[in-house]
Amino acid sequence: MIIDLDRFIATERPYWEDLEACLQTLEADPDRRMAYDEVLRFDYLYRRTASGLAQIATYATDPQMRAYLENVVARAYSAIYTTRGGGRRFRPWSWLRGTFPRVFRRHLAPFLVSAVILMAGGVFGALAVGLDGEAKAVLMPFAHLQGDPSERVTREEQADGHKRLDGHMAQFSSQLMTHNTKVAILAMALGMTWGIGTVLLVFYNGAILGAVLLDYIQAGERLFLTGWLLPHGAFEIPAILIGSQAGLVLAGALIGRGRPVALRARLMAVRGDLVTLIAGCGLMLVWAGLVEAFFSQYHAPVLPYSFKIGFGVLELMLLALFFSLAGREPAGPATPKHSEGL
Amino acid sequence: MIAIPHGKTVEIHTPEGVTFALPLAGPVVRFLAWIADLGCILVLFFTLQPLMAGLFAMLDPDLGAAVSVLTYFAITVGYGIATEWWLRGQTPGKRLFSLRVLDLQGLRLRFSQVVIRNLLRAVDSLPLAYLVGGLACFGSRHGQRLGDLAANTIVARRTALTLPDLEGITGGQFNSLRAYPRLTARLRQRVAPEEAGLALSAVMRRSRLNPEARVALFAELAAHFKTIVTFPPAACEDIPDEQYVRNVVDVLFRRSSGSLNDRRSGTPSA
Repeated sequence: MIIDLDRFIATERPYWEDLEACLQTLEADPDRRMAYDEVLRFDYLYRRTASGLAQIATYATDPQMRAYLENVVARAYSAIYTTRGGGRRFRPWSWLRGTFPRVFRRHLAPFLVSAVILMAGGVFGALAVGLDGEAKAVLMPFAHLQGDPSERVTREEQADGHKRLDGHMAQFSSQLMTHNTKVAILAMALGMTWGIGTVLLVFYNGAILGAVLLDYIQAGERLFLTGWLLPHGAFEIPAILIGSQAGLVLAGALIGRGRPVALRARLMAVRGDLVTLIAGCGLMLVWAGLVEAFFSQYHAPVLPYSFKIGFGVLELMLLALFFSLAGREPAGPATPKHSEGL
Repeated sequence: MIAIPHGKTVEIHTPEGVTFALPLAGPVVRFLAWIADLGCILVLFFTLQPLMAGLFAMLDPDLGAAVSVLTYFAITVGYGIATEWWLRGQTPGKRLFSLRVLDLQGLRLRFSQVVIRNLLRAVDSLPLAYLVGGLACFGSRHGQRLGDLAANTIVARRTALTLPDLEGITGGQFNSLRAYPRLTARLRQRVAPEEAGLALSAVMRRSRLNPEARVALFAELAAHFKTIVTFPPAACEDIPDEQYVRNVVDVLFRRSSGSLNDRRSGTPSA
């Protein structure tokens, strides 16, 4: 049986137009609260139009009519069935002191795995430089690290050594922030390679770090090295590990081994946490960039190494306290297991 | 508006038992939209960067240089997130090509979905020009790049919002088939909805076909409908194939006794 399309359109068109008008109002202002009567009317119009679509689909295969109705029904369906949770107001302070550390603790295992991979990379890098001096040129991507460590220390400890960055510190700081944030984002994104890319990226960064550490230690520049790296490394390295943690969380959801949950549901469960981790990581890298440009580049005698190392140790302790204690409820129900990100 | 060829769809089943399909955008159209967005990013950068950098450079040249670096980063990373969130799933490039990012269930996008799908461009864009993302799009059932898979999103084409104009089906011509009400009733009974839809679609889109294809298509359709019900020669002689199909569509879709054509032609309605 073929539907009488002419009559069908004539009868139903006013309802479709009414529904379209409602949708346009809603789409122009998604946060608008509808009155009770409006809600009832909207629901009626949606159901009537959906029923019209069902009729068209059953009795008459008219592509243009069907496309029109599908468009209207899809928009109304989206407006009716999307829950209000997404419109929750974001509170930055509450997110920083509560959500971020809680999410970090919830996914502690991937963070620890990342730390182990970084250390493994470090051992590899150190061994490579220790066994083969030429490996230094391959492993270290930055030109200023390729020279002799002692020459660099002598140069930078000179009376005017700290002036080499004068007039460029803010630019240097912003370059560090953006570069490191891009690396952290890439570490997270590479989680989509079942984590293989994330692991390789962290391992490679560990190898660079290990090579630098051994190079300076062999040259007898431990104090300079600690005073140079610790103030910004106290935030930078954990931040990169958090980016990698996000990548491994994503990989875990993708693989879903031993979990009888659909891929879509697994990914949905970690989505908010991923955003929280990467946003927190970005924030830490802003701090690390500021410290590296405006503090780490000053060496003794301008800034005593004991002061720089003390500052770095203090940062590490505060960071450890923050991630261990912040956002814990004093007593009561356990922290939620579901995603609570942005 | 830019015309986009038809392709994959994703079906949504509502709790009311209604099923509707969202037409999906292919990798090529998405790539074109990305090119357009790239243009927007460049315009935005070359407009904002000198402005911001110049403003801060008045305080300190170093600060101006820092702001320049941060502006570039904010625009390249934040453009997709900001526009897709504020324009509800559309970037200017997507809007140009009538595309929209939607949740895979057809629901409204959440902020976390917008962020994840845009941050994962870092892997989709590898090794260059979105090769990984493009391949994932081709291989995915729902045309999703890796960022879409992680965020549970799809990129849908916005379909035309016009109702079919049935007034022009017969082109104002007398419908000779309506002179045989019993045969037209049989035609309605025997024609499957898919066949009727195909004929209606052909009539609606006839002006978009090239002349040779148009003649061949309507010849084939007319021959097909003539095998379903055979009208007397008086009803179909001297009628071009296209007019015959238009008459068939008119019979199938405009059954009401007060049909405009019937009133115009003064013939008895079916």
